[in-house]
Amino acid sequence: MKFKSVFDIIGPVMIGPSSSHTAGAARIGRVARDLFGRQPKWAKIHLYGSFAETYKGHSTDVAIIGGLLDYDTFDERIKTAFEEAEKLGMSYEFIPETGNVDHPNTARIVIGDEKSEMSMMGISIGGGKIEITELNGFPLRLSGNHPAILVVHDDRSGCIANVANCLYKYDINIGHMEVSRKERGDMALMVIEVDQTVDVEVMGELRELPNITQVTRIAD
Amino acid sequence: MDVLFRNVRELVERAEKEGKLISEIMIEQEMLITDRSREDIMQQMERNLTVMEEAVEKGLQGVHSVSGLTGGDAVLLQKYMQQGNSLSGDLLLDAVSKAVATNEVNAAMGTICATPTAGSAGVVPGTLFAVKNKLNPTREQMIRYLFTSGAFGFVVANNASISGAAGGCQAEVGSAAAMASAAIIEMAGGTPQQSSEAFAITLKNMLGLVCDPVAGLVEVPCVKRNAMGASNAVVAADMALAGVTSRIPCDEVISAMFEIGQAMPSAFRETAKGGLAATPTGKWLESKIFGGSVVGSGQ
Repeated sequence: MKFKSVFDIIGPVMIGPSSSHTAGAARIGRVARDLFGRQPKWAKIHLYGSFAETYKGHSTDVAIIGGLLDYDTFDERIKTAFEEAEKLGMSYEFIPETGNVDHPNTARIVIGDEKSEMSMMGISIGGGKIEITELNGFPLRLSGNHPAILVVHDDRSGCIANVANCLYKYDINIGHMEVSRKERGDMALMVIEVDQTVDVEVMGELRELPNITQVTRIAD
Repeated sequence: MDVLFRNVRELVERAEKEGKLISEIMIEQEMLITDRSREDIMQQMERNLTVMEEAVEKGLQGVHSVSGLTGGDAVLLQKYMQQGNSLSGDLLLDAVSKAVATNEVNAAMGTICATPTAGSAGVVPGTLFAVKNKLNPTREQMIRYLFTSGAFGFVVANNASISGAAGGCQAEVGSAAAMASAAIIEMAGGTPQQSSEAFAITLKNMLGLVCDPVAGLVEVPCVKRNAMGASNAVVAADMALAGVTSRIPCDEVISAMFEIGQAMPSAFRETAKGGLAATPTGKWLESKIFGGSVVGSGQ
């Protein structure tokens, strides 16, 4: 079931005008920001389907930028997100695409700064609910409903067990987990949705594990 | 995932077997799934109710969108009602005006609570705050109205769609109106089965409704579709309370809505390429509003 909570239906509280094109868009931007872990310096946003056709009318563009600035769906500052981005020196570009994608409300967000860049694809499935479908070329599924940890690692035996053991130690229950890799022995990704919040201490310990490149958490 | 109901039939059966309200089943399921306390869940829903109240109040004072396409109609309707000559009756027009008020606030980028979406956010609160004057519910009953709406919306969202881009306006205002209708029944003291009948009757009459927003804005015809969604909800609730039943069961109506949405060309699913958006006036309004450039840059 995609919609788990009654508050997926009666909610979210949000700045108008569209739950999928404004609130959902803000949430996609905010997850990208969370994954990146800091304020990006630039953003290239590719819009597909209905997002590409109607983004101006729904303020989808403003909302995604608001999300990239870490604003929640009900944050009044969403309305002035372009001005806020300018103040922070973040440049942005919106690219409406004509290509076909699986879901009509799809955005690919490419963000970066002098240190690194990141690409993420998100879809807005209605009523403000979103799913993250791809990260740096890895296909994945993140409901955004639970705290999640993303672990980028080398494809070596024991990595998954080590991470799972560490979470067990802190009594963190895994609700959903997906693993994927580019090629055998190459870069791999763990996506772990958990029931409890993951604090800084756990994150630090995960980072210290062998063959782990990057650990990011997405709060509920 | 273990849930207490996956469709309307299971929802109604459980409520009737256990002698509970539909809102109660929804609250229990929320506690089960999210592992949160009843108090916590009730408080969050009350906050949503407060947001809805404030949006209606703001809309009734008169708001206007940036595009200038919508705004001020809620005020017109309230003034008209006060003259005492309304043909459709005060409760119905009150629901309509409050639905309009909410969507006018939404169009003006104000704060609203999506029910189930922002484009259809007027119907549930519009009907609630109109029916309230007749039924004098407690605060808890008003909160329960939202849980009952949510229970039916939960079924639609998981078995069909609540997204205009996926299923057209029938999935948004259609779902909202049907949800409201079911909630009115519970507040009026009807049975869970009557809620299901009212839901089916409402949704049947919104099947096929396309999503064709002029200039891609959640304004024309969205605001007035919320008005009519609210009136459909109230009338269907009266029909169900009178004993009228739907020949097609609720869950099958939901399936039909999904199928119709799947078959709907993309021009009618929130792309602003067909229907009213593609009329000469629709196109003219679009060019008038978006004459300028497309790409923005912060630097």
